[in-house]
Amino acid sequence: MTAAETGGPAPVRADLPAPTRMLSGRSVYRVVWKLNTDILVGYCWCGQTHEAQDPVELWDWLLAHPDQHGDGSAAEPPVPAPQLVGA
Amino acid sequence: MPSWPMNQWYVAAYSADIEAGLFARTICGEPLVFYRTAQGEVVALADRCVHRRYPLSLSHLEDDRVICGYHGFTYDQRGQCVAAPGQKRIPRTARVPAFTVVEQDSLVWVWIGDRDRADAELVPRAPWLDAAGYTTVRGMEPLKARYGLLVDNLLDLSHETYLHGGYIGTPEVAETPITTEVDEEANVVYVSRHMDDAECPPFYATSTGIECRITRWQDIEYHPPCLYLLHSRIAPAGVHPPEDGPDDEAFHVEVVYAITPETEHSTHDFWMVARDFALDDQGVSKFLSEQNRTVVLQDVAALDVLERVVESEKDDYQELSINIDTGGLAARRLLKKLVEAGTPEPSPVGST
Repeated sequence: MTAAETGGPAPVRADLPAPTRMLSGRSVYRVVWKLNTDILVGYCWCGQTHEAQDPVELWDWLLAHPDQHGDGSAAEPPVPAPQLVGA
Repeated sequence: MPSWPMNQWYVAAYSADIEAGLFARTICGEPLVFYRTAQGEVVALADRCVHRRYPLSLSHLEDDRVICGYHGFTYDQRGQCVAAPGQKRIPRTARVPAFTVVEQDSLVWVWIGDRDRADAELVPRAPWLDAAGYTTVRGMEPLKARYGLLVDNLLDLSHETYLHGGYIGTPEVAETPITTEVDEEANVVYVSRHMDDAECPPFYATSTGIECRITRWQDIEYHPPCLYLLHSRIAPAGVHPPEDGPDDEAFHVEVVYAITPETEHSTHDFWMVARDFALDDQGVSKFLSEQNRTVVLQDVAALDVLERVVESEKDDYQELSINIDTGGLAARRLLKKLVEAGTPEPSPVGST
């Protein structure tokens, strides 16, 4: 049952804005601000993600996160690295 | 310990600043004197005679040597004293420190730190500044504020809407979400703000001739500590880069800043605007130069005030960060990392 069918508010479109990736490199942290929301989505270079509404909290999570990898299995980025824009 | 990273390259001047004669500038707390040799090489020496501390920048340049204007101590381009007044013997310690310099992309970079660690390959590039196909206007404004305040300012362009309205700011800048990336190994912060349907601010409307709404992209690439690049793409709304071929339906402006600490409470604010259109139009050059200088001076006025506020605040003041600060927080953290990495390890107690 959709929000429209229940008479509730229309669902918020929370798209991720383009461009998808900008920096190349093995260890790139990425923080995307979801469109039409106040939500930040953080991506570790290993592919793990975390959402927050406070950039300080999100950076804390991202920076603490690699220490939890443990076995070093996430040494490569999960997606192909494009060229640097404008470089 | 200084608040800026040691063992880093900093922009000291524009190439055109150093032609004939002696040029003085303090970089990261180091008073330096620059000059260009007959061979065209830029030399940087400590701006203080080893004898009685007289500034060498107030002295004389003759045959690529600096002759102190007080007692005549004469230094070659390596900082070695080659003549002392009234005597044949030159003391072994009669030399001033020489600093490593790289001249690239119309910028004079100086290495601040351990000379042995200077690596010219690490100087970040801004090729548009003297590349064919671009025309650049530039200036430098003295800032009576710590360099970190200018980093904060430039990493969060939402302030354009409020501080620079009528010049480069429109409502869409503050309203459009950003995407931030940090390359931990290359030490780069990238902040992207793509506005698909935005008002065209006077800065771009007058210089490009676009009268309709625009697609406006701001892609910041910050190479801490010193080099800041803003890749700005302006096109009529809905015009995006083609899948193949040149992006020639758009106007491209490369806004470059070099953020160089002078002292703990002052900064050299170098600004450059390189464009790929109206290359020979002197009117566009004059307009962009005057507009950008006005915008920079608006920042300078605000940051000079902020410096006084920060200096007078209590130690435990807690500032607030929101989503727009994601890039600025990333830059602060990389700078902190570089400060720690550039600081020499303290010698163990009791070691000799």
